[in-house]
Amino acid sequence: MPKLTVDGIEVEVPAGATVLQACEAAGREIPRFCYHERLSIAGNCRMCLVEMEKAPKPIASCAMPAGDNMVIHTDSPTVKKAREGVMEFLLINHPLDCPICDQGGECDLQDQTMAYGRGGSRFDENKRAVKEKYMGPLIKTIMTRCIHCTRCVRFVEEVAGVPDIGAINRGENMEITALESVVDSELSGNVIDLCPVGALTSKPYAFNARPWELRKTEGIDVMDALGSNIRIDARGREVLRVMPRLNEDVNEEWISDKTRFACDGLRRQRLDRPYVRVDGRLKPASWAEAFRVIGEKVSSVEPSKIGAIVGDMAALEEMTALRDLMAALGSPNIDCRADGAKLDGAHRGDYLFNTTIAGIEDADAVLLVGSNPRKEAAVLNARIRKTWVQSAGALKVGVIGENADLTYPTTYLGAGPETLTELLNGSHSFCDVLKEAERPLIIVGAGALAREDGAAVHAAARKLADQTGAVTDDWNGFSVLHTAASRVGGLELGLVPGEGGLDAGAMLSGGVEVLFLLGADEIDTSGLDGTFVIYQGSHGDAGAHAADVILPGAAYAEKAGIWINTEGRIQMAEPANQAPGEAREDWKVLRALSAQLEHTLPYDDIAALRARIGELIEGLDMVDLARPGTPGPLRDDAGEMSDAPFACPVTDYFMTNPIARASQTMAECSELYSVGKAAAGEATGTNG
Amino acid sequence: MLQDKDRIFTNLYGDQPWNLADARKRGIWDNTKALLDMGPDNIIGQIKESGLRGRGGAGFPTGLKWSFMPKESDGRPSYLVVNADESEPGTCKDREIMRNDPHRLLEGCLVAGFSMKASAAFIYIRGEFVMEARVLQAAIEEAYEAGLIGKNACGSGYDYDIVLHRGAGAYICGEETALIESLEGKKGQPRLKPPFPAAVGLYGCPSTVNNVESIAVAPEILRRGAAWFAGLGRPNNTGTKLFCVSGHVNTPCNVEEEMGIPLKELIERHCGGVRGGWDNLLAIIPGGSSVPMIPKSICDEVLMDFDSLKEVQSGLGTAAVIVMDKSTDIVEAIANLAHFYMHESCGQCTPCREGTGWMYRVLTRMVRGQATVGEIDQLHEVTKQVEGHTICALGDAAAWPIQGLIRHFRPEMERRILEYRKQAA
Repeated sequence: MPKLTVDGIEVEVPAGATVLQACEAAGREIPRFCYHERLSIAGNCRMCLVEMEKAPKPIASCAMPAGDNMVIHTDSPTVKKAREGVMEFLLINHPLDCPICDQGGECDLQDQTMAYGRGGSRFDENKRAVKEKYMGPLIKTIMTRCIHCTRCVRFVEEVAGVPDIGAINRGENMEITALESVVDSELSGNVIDLCPVGALTSKPYAFNARPWELRKTEGIDVMDALGSNIRIDARGREVLRVMPRLNEDVNEEWISDKTRFACDGLRRQRLDRPYVRVDGRLKPASWAEAFRVIGEKVSSVEPSKIGAIVGDMAALEEMTALRDLMAALGSPNIDCRADGAKLDGAHRGDYLFNTTIAGIEDADAVLLVGSNPRKEAAVLNARIRKTWVQSAGALKVGVIGENADLTYPTTYLGAGPETLTELLNGSHSFCDVLKEAERPLIIVGAGALAREDGAAVHAAARKLADQTGAVTDDWNGFSVLHTAASRVGGLELGLVPGEGGLDAGAMLSGGVEVLFLLGADEIDTSGLDGTFVIYQGSHGDAGAHAADVILPGAAYAEKAGIWINTEGRIQMAEPANQAPGEAREDWKVLRALSAQLEHTLPYDDIAALRARIGELIEGLDMVDLARPGTPGPLRDDAGEMSDAPFACPVTDYFMTNPIARASQTMAECSELYSVGKAAAGEATGTNG
Repeated sequence: MLQDKDRIFTNLYGDQPWNLADARKRGIWDNTKALLDMGPDNIIGQIKESGLRGRGGAGFPTGLKWSFMPKESDGRPSYLVVNADESEPGTCKDREIMRNDPHRLLEGCLVAGFSMKASAAFIYIRGEFVMEARVLQAAIEEAYEAGLIGKNACGSGYDYDIVLHRGAGAYICGEETALIESLEGKKGQPRLKPPFPAAVGLYGCPSTVNNVESIAVAPEILRRGAAWFAGLGRPNNTGTKLFCVSGHVNTPCNVEEEMGIPLKELIERHCGGVRGGWDNLLAIIPGGSSVPMIPKSICDEVLMDFDSLKEVQSGLGTAAVIVMDKSTDIVEAIANLAHFYMHESCGQCTPCREGTGWMYRVLTRMVRGQATVGEIDQLHEVTKQVEGHTICALGDAAAWPIQGLIRHFRPEMERRILEYRKQAA
């Protein structure tokens, strides 16, 4: 614990801390461009120079380890001069185009120029101009503005694990480039946040708004089951962009490209009024009419012939309302596992990501069973990569399922359950890796659970976790990685078929006469011809196409909602704007419908509803914390595993939900990354 | 003046073949085992005592540098890296060593590497030195065949490899950490220090980077004794040194001389004097392009060693003496150097990347006089903003020649500006 003096203030910092961190501990602000807490230290911008007594020159505080008895000055004339000098150098070749720069108003260079700059320019020569670079449909480049801090280079190399961005040439001709190709990472959008100037900006958001025009709302992402903390920036009724919020336990400060760029899908394909199918065609209708049609239909069928399926993005509020409504109607047919995952929700430890996302960093061996985290939860994948990097490459990651490039080295063990069996009976060599590990982590993905033998695979994986010591008193290395934001919440609320009830698969193949789809779109609607389908949701997608009555609901950005992420972390979001047209928050729709059905739900406002949620689940008073779960007993009655290989449920990363499918940006990405790449592969002429 | 018996580089001019047989005749590889038998500590002690200072430019005591290497390995191997990326304008001493006396360098590699318990030496040679690289490679092969290096080097029981690596022609790769980066196959950009190479160097292992000349003189120091070397030159500036004299002298040459020889004597005795006589001298850059120049008035008296030149606000650098007579356009000469530094800046850190181009452009205008007098001060300030604010010393190297120009030739710069004004009016 070195002790040092910063501007006369004595501070003690942890060993390994830098002088910059020590200065911050002393409450001194140190300007910086290249330094970033989560990236390696480059020390190249020279903005953080401070004076150290006994050193002949000013030192780069970001790169200098704090040492005992150092005496640091951050406010001396030398430091002021050094900062002014660096500031001047950064600006001489930086264009004065702030009025047309998208970074304007949230630009580090602008801010620091105001704080540390000289105030005028002495540069009489011509400024440098640099050609724009192509970096794909998400990142817009104006490279003349680049100040060569190399944050983007370090991010893609270190965090994203795809060394697609680099620097070419030297001296003042140095240029950051992706060599005119797309940055092949699900996290590429983060370089936009990292870029301290307007060199890398968001292409879809280009020239849309100024930061001070935006209303900023704290939200929770629903594109995957991580519940990444986001900030939703809206102007008027339009959500213009999504940015990450800092949460060390969940997403650190990264978000995936889908989270960031799918927000234009909130403006398209929206259901903004109720519809009723008349003579085979959906006709606009009033709320009253839609409710009347539903009321007539529901009253004409047995409760056991009514069913409900919950989609992937539902919040606790509407799921609770739906649960209570179905219970009041007397139907046991309710299922939150739209993808058919074989999880009964009886024991929390059986369906949570027990290790927690931050806990991944403690693991010393990882086994992925039927999961491709890069596609299913890109930010979590970055956490596994971080763990691998921190272990200096020692972390062994075994993969059962798709042998995909996860941005860190993996050991491919096999394609399906037979490999799991080999691991269980100890005949596989990776068994030793798991057994020798002190804290092995077994991640079971949706690809292993959403299949006929899902329960058997789950039981086998659970048993393996037990055998390899992955579940002990102080370490729970058995983790389920969900792909749907609503899934854990649904399971906590007990949205699984009651006694004699039908599951999603049965309901979708004609098991019920009236089927209520609460935002369920990732389903096979081909078996619903004889079923009266009520679809409540935000987008005209698969569910709405099959519907007889459409009730327009709110998308995630438009409602006050509670989501529980894959770790069992309860997180609350505020609405960023209102749902369009006649669409309403989903729980309100259900509350109104319940009155029509003469089973009026007993809550009139969100406070009462949340009180009701509090009755159903524990931990509502522990918002933002991951409440650990206890695992269920080992099972032998889960049946036999088939030998079908595990398949990743995410076939196209950019098209996993109705919002993303409605997004033009995502469509462009999908074409480029998934379809385009295959086409380009055929066109190279070097493959035959 | 250095006597012939005290010369180390006895084949500097290639009068004799470079090969092993002839090298042995010059005393190289003569019972090298006995030198190794002195033991690592003793070798380092002798080098320290000899007062040898690094010949690559900075003049850091070589023995002290070697002593920074870990005495006990923590599992990582140690490496000696020889900096043969001689690219400083005006400097051509290492080239001659490798061309004509490669075995002297190789023997030095073994002795130095042994003293710091290195398992191998990597010689990073400038890419443009094609012939030199061929000679050196051939010499390495000869040495391997003769059992002088490789397994059981010189019968000492010590295993030692020497690897030659050719650079790709970047001045910055002569900076020790950029050299290491380049050697590792990366973009040649200097690393942040600390950690210093002795702790984390080549491939993350303890490494020492030394100049060719520093390494090449080591065996001779050990053979003749530290006292012999320390007895040459002046205190703290001991031994012999290769001087590369170029520019406006009658016979430009490389010559080995005693440290501390008066600059005037060096030029008059070895180079046939300044073109047109000593009085025709304008200025001299005494230590390679990166040190500030000194005008004739200083040249008259100054001694050629680290401390004397430092006293006159210049430096010995690589001892590459660039002589400029009165026919020289002094501003253009420095603008030329400024262009060189702009071109060779690696672009990593801000002051050097942006400053070198700025300085060059202002200076280019000043060659014509197309500037204001105030801009001279501004230029000086810019050099001060670059100097000492960068990761490596290239920023300093770019700033110093310009500072030297302003320090000694400001009236000439002002004259041009006023003349230009007059013509424009």
